[in-house]
Amino acid sequence: MVFLEAVMTNDWHPSASLETLRQRARLLAEVRGFFAARGVLEVETPVLGHGGSTDVGLASLSCEATTPEGRERLWLQTSPEFAMKRLLAAGAGPIYQIARSFRDGEVGRRHNLEFSMLEWYRPGLALDALIEETVALIQAVLGRDPGPVRRWRYRQLFREQLGVDPFTTPLGELRRLAAARGGLSMDEASRDDCLDLLLSLEIEPTLGRDGLDVVVDYPASQAALARRHRDPEDGEWVAGRFEVYLQGLELANGYDELTDAAEQAARFAEDNAARRARGLPEVTVDRRLLDALAAGMPAGSGVALGLDRLIQLALGKASVAEVMAFATPRC
Amino acid sequence: MANYSTNEFKGGLKVMLDGDPCAILENEYVKPGKGQAFNRVKLRNLISGRVWERTFKSGESLEGADVLELEMEYLYTDGEMWHFMKTDGSFEQYAVEKKALGDTEKWLKEQVAYTVTLWNDNAINVTPPNFIELEVVETDPGLKGDTAQGGSKPATLSSGAVVRVPLFINQGEVLKVDTRNGEYVSRA
Repeated sequence: MVFLEAVMTNDWHPSASLETLRQRARLLAEVRGFFAARGVLEVETPVLGHGGSTDVGLASLSCEATTPEGRERLWLQTSPEFAMKRLLAAGAGPIYQIARSFRDGEVGRRHNLEFSMLEWYRPGLALDALIEETVALIQAVLGRDPGPVRRWRYRQLFREQLGVDPFTTPLGELRRLAAARGGLSMDEASRDDCLDLLLSLEIEPTLGRDGLDVVVDYPASQAALARRHRDPEDGEWVAGRFEVYLQGLELANGYDELTDAAEQAARFAEDNAARRARGLPEVTVDRRLLDALAAGMPAGSGVALGLDRLIQLALGKASVAEVMAFATPRC
Repeated sequence: MANYSTNEFKGGLKVMLDGDPCAILENEYVKPGKGQAFNRVKLRNLISGRVWERTFKSGESLEGADVLELEMEYLYTDGEMWHFMKTDGSFEQYAVEKKALGDTEKWLKEQVAYTVTLWNDNAINVTPPNFIELEVVETDPGLKGDTAQGGSKPATLSSGAVVRVPLFINQGEVLKVDTRNGEYVSRA
């Protein structure tokens, strides 16, 4: 008993109240009901993969494991995207998953090292139709009307709110603006780094204040796994990508999915080259995803939604930790 | 001093920024789903007391500041410096400048323990205890029998502070005062 008293602390308690966890369970059932009614199949894919996300903006966790192949490095998935796309290539049809995902270093009021990603794919569905479905899912989980849905072009947000153009304003001017708004040196920053900072600090907090804000037409350099196309209005190369914001929180990120294996392989290689240039560790490319794309993945759209954030907003909490049984500081 | 990376910035950590020691108040991790991560940090400049908001790229680091908060008893002033003594039994004394003393000057009472912030062994800030007992040296005469009703009047305390007190308080009484908002709490 003396030993026990010496080591007893209060941080064994859950981060969320038990009442919140009961409400969370009800909202998870709501999500499953939403997709069941729409004929979207629930799937479960591995948390560990031989390949990981090469995205320069994501830091992956990995571990060593003994498998029939011997001692191998396996990557904790930053989202279930690769495995789900292999299912699409195998002919699964529309699928969804509530997947535990891992991103190193991401801990804060709106982040947790591991979190629940609600990700779904709609073969044959255009991006606009997926935006509508994403809004419907958000409304169903919130259980209330979040207000009007507005659509913003990425370019329009920067022009109207900051008076700069993400595509044409000279880099030097973007660096000066980012440095001034952030209070830090941006002399070496890339165009995307400047845009990320301005979006995160200046634009995001204004989004979703009295409705759902959907941002579309991201710069082609931020396509990640989305198809690129020329904007019919102004001829700029943009990514077929959208994000949904509510109360200043980025809730969902959707793509007109890239299905071209060669293009995908080139982007993985570019990512790893950029990683080398920045002194970041390279990530093993998922060759099985490339093989699946080569075999043929149906065109369509997909979206990843931060389920903990949506539950946080539905329950009126101030942080994701408050809707998790044990957030990272207490894991 | 050691360097601290943005992911080690926790409330209370003391770091150097623009040549001044600062205490971290808040650290918010900000990141677009895919893209550069930043930390939006609120810090209190321990010299000026001002709160700064700065943004750092995640992974950047700041040098730690050699800052100590020690309990010290107030001894006396020679008119130029205010003298405090550590309460750890070492009898070690520190002289504090008026600038570092700031608003705490009006809450000074001999033999009371204050929190003195030292940076590189120099006193840069003095925080009074949350509650302190001080004598009323000047106020209008108390109203007999008026113990329950509202209404207040100014009273000057032995330390120089002026606080609002109930009408029934008399000169010479010792009061308990909250130093954080300068409000009367009760008779001591």
